[in-house]
Amino acid sequence: MSILINKDTKVVTQGITGKTGQFHTHHSIAYANGKHCYVAGVTPKKGGQEVEGVPVFDTVVEARDATGANVSVIYVPPPFAAAAIDESVDAGMDVVICITEGIPVKDMIKTRDRMKGSKTILVGPNCPGVITPEEIKIGIMPGYIHKKGRIGVVSRSGTLTYEVVDQLTKLGLGQSTCVGIGGDPVNGLKHLDVMKLFNDDPDTDAVVMCGEIGGTDEEECAAWIADNMDKPVVAFIAGVTAPPGKRMGHAGAIIAGGKGTANEKIAALEAAGVSVTRNPAEIGELMKSRLS
Amino acid sequence: MKIHEYQGKQILREYDVAVPRGEPCFSVDEAVGVARDLGGDVWVVKAQIHAGGRGKGGGVKVAKSIDEVKKYADEILGMTLVTHQTGPEGKEVKRLLVEEGADIKDELYVGLVVDRSSQRVVFMASSEGGTEIEKVAEETPEKIHKATIDPGTGLTGEQAKSLAAAIGIPGELVDEAAELFQKLYRAFWEKDASLAEINPLIVTGDGRVLALDAKINFDDNAMYRHPELAELRDLDEEDADEIEAAKYGLNYIALDGNIGCLVNGAGLAMATMDIIKLYGAEPANFLDVGGGATTEQVTEAFKIMLKNERLKAILVNIFGGIMRCDVIAEGLVNAAREVNLKVPLVVRLEGTNVDKGREIIDKSGIEIITATTMADAAEKVSAVAGA
Repeated sequence: MSILINKDTKVVTQGITGKTGQFHTHHSIAYANGKHCYVAGVTPKKGGQEVEGVPVFDTVVEARDATGANVSVIYVPPPFAAAAIDESVDAGMDVVICITEGIPVKDMIKTRDRMKGSKTILVGPNCPGVITPEEIKIGIMPGYIHKKGRIGVVSRSGTLTYEVVDQLTKLGLGQSTCVGIGGDPVNGLKHLDVMKLFNDDPDTDAVVMCGEIGGTDEEECAAWIADNMDKPVVAFIAGVTAPPGKRMGHAGAIIAGGKGTANEKIAALEAAGVSVTRNPAEIGELMKSRLS
Repeated sequence: MKIHEYQGKQILREYDVAVPRGEPCFSVDEAVGVARDLGGDVWVVKAQIHAGGRGKGGGVKVAKSIDEVKKYADEILGMTLVTHQTGPEGKEVKRLLVEEGADIKDELYVGLVVDRSSQRVVFMASSEGGTEIEKVAEETPEKIHKATIDPGTGLTGEQAKSLAAAIGIPGELVDEAAELFQKLYRAFWEKDASLAEINPLIVTGDGRVLALDAKINFDDNAMYRHPELAELRDLDEEDADEIEAAKYGLNYIALDGNIGCLVNGAGLAMATMDIIKLYGAEPANFLDVGGGATTEQVTEAFKIMLKNERLKAILVNIFGGIMRCDVIAEGLVNAAREVNLKVPLVVRLEGTNVDKGREIIDKSGIEIITATTMADAAEKVSAVAGA
């Protein structure tokens, strides 16, 4: 088992005719069960073509009706990306994974408001995507570093997640599902939401969580873990050395008004019984020690 | 993107938010001319820099004669203003705002931010204006009142009135203040602001509500639809190296240490800074090269880092995913040749084709210290830097 996506998921790529969309669809189709999972692409006014052996439609609704797609992945440029999310929500997709970086915050506020009461789960934007190893990859992560197993991974960043996954795999610790929730301030799933999904997943034994400076998502997750989590959690928080008031790459990674520091997050997680390391090279080892 | 106070007030005027009359000035003569045109017998001379705390640092003066306007303008223009937000090196003042004086009866605070938890814009108001709002939030959080704004309706009249009353605006001025709050929200929303603070918002002796200060930041991701705001950018207020880096798609932020680092991805870049510190050294910068790490980008990154005279060593940490390590290694070697590195270079590559990548580095004939894990890299770079 896994969370969010598995080998039976039917994926539609929004923005499939663009360079990025086509490139990553190609690599995702080549991964595990990808050939069966990727059933459609969408680019307005380009319906009728075929890209990477996948039929292209004008709208998500048409793609859904023709192929049974239930999950969409978005590689649409920032000015149009929020509207692409809206379209997938309206088409009733179960999960929408938005890879696009640089969407205006105002657009995301409106999109999240529209999503109230909808069943659709949003992952991202500005994220590497989601992978259930040896079943399906939806996003831009390198597939081969992953290995099927029982550790859940949730993270706000891309390459740092790859680093963690690589450490786990080399130690023989496979992953159930790895979720990149993205580095934007207004987004879909938060650490807390993914933690709940892993807690309920019978095939996840433990969770690695990678947070970073900015906001209070990690603290909120820590409070929930303290009262509800049945499985071991290992965490790393990036940005102990980050100065206040400076945006560290991600739009959401900023210490503002003295809030959102790495040390506050580490303290909250430790108080909740989470094993936190300050050494990003030791995340895998720490997980291994928690399991033995 | 940040802008100056006088530019923020120009935007507020467009939205009919009441602000004092005043004009920006770039010289003492201009300042005197503006004061004369404004008339009256009290003026305020305000340093225009992109940092708060200007009053405490001596950058805001009340003048009671034209001679005093001249004197203060002369003092403030060209001074290096040090505030809690500028850092110890301070910031040279190149622009002034000269305004009519105001008869302050009460100082309040209002602000707008994007709240991550509710995923909406939140309007904050407090009776404690004129001080650092972070302190108020810390010490007396009950004195900060908040309203979460529905993006469909905007700040409602009811919300605005209730906030105005809560912060002690006298009954007869509540309607006027509430209207000001709604206009302020409209400016924030329509201009894609990420932060707006009026500190202080004042009630005057003759019963008016005025925005005495204006701090507005904008969402960089929305600049493409606001060409009118792009013109307000003042490059003098930004770090020259950060601007240069951005031209090459590099996200660079200078820090105080002596180990330069070049990393792909923001999270991994922060983690790399953290591990350098853990091994006893100090990072000289944050540098996210993004997904590509081309020869041109790496060359430019090296050049920017090498400008730092404190620099003792450089650590490159790249996790090659879709981008293969052999391609990245080629880029690194070419860049190292082109810039003639004067400091030790430690390279840690991991990911796709990592063996080929390491081979390219080993065979390059360039002195590069290779590392396998992040810990190995941090240990080696601290050692060569003598930390």
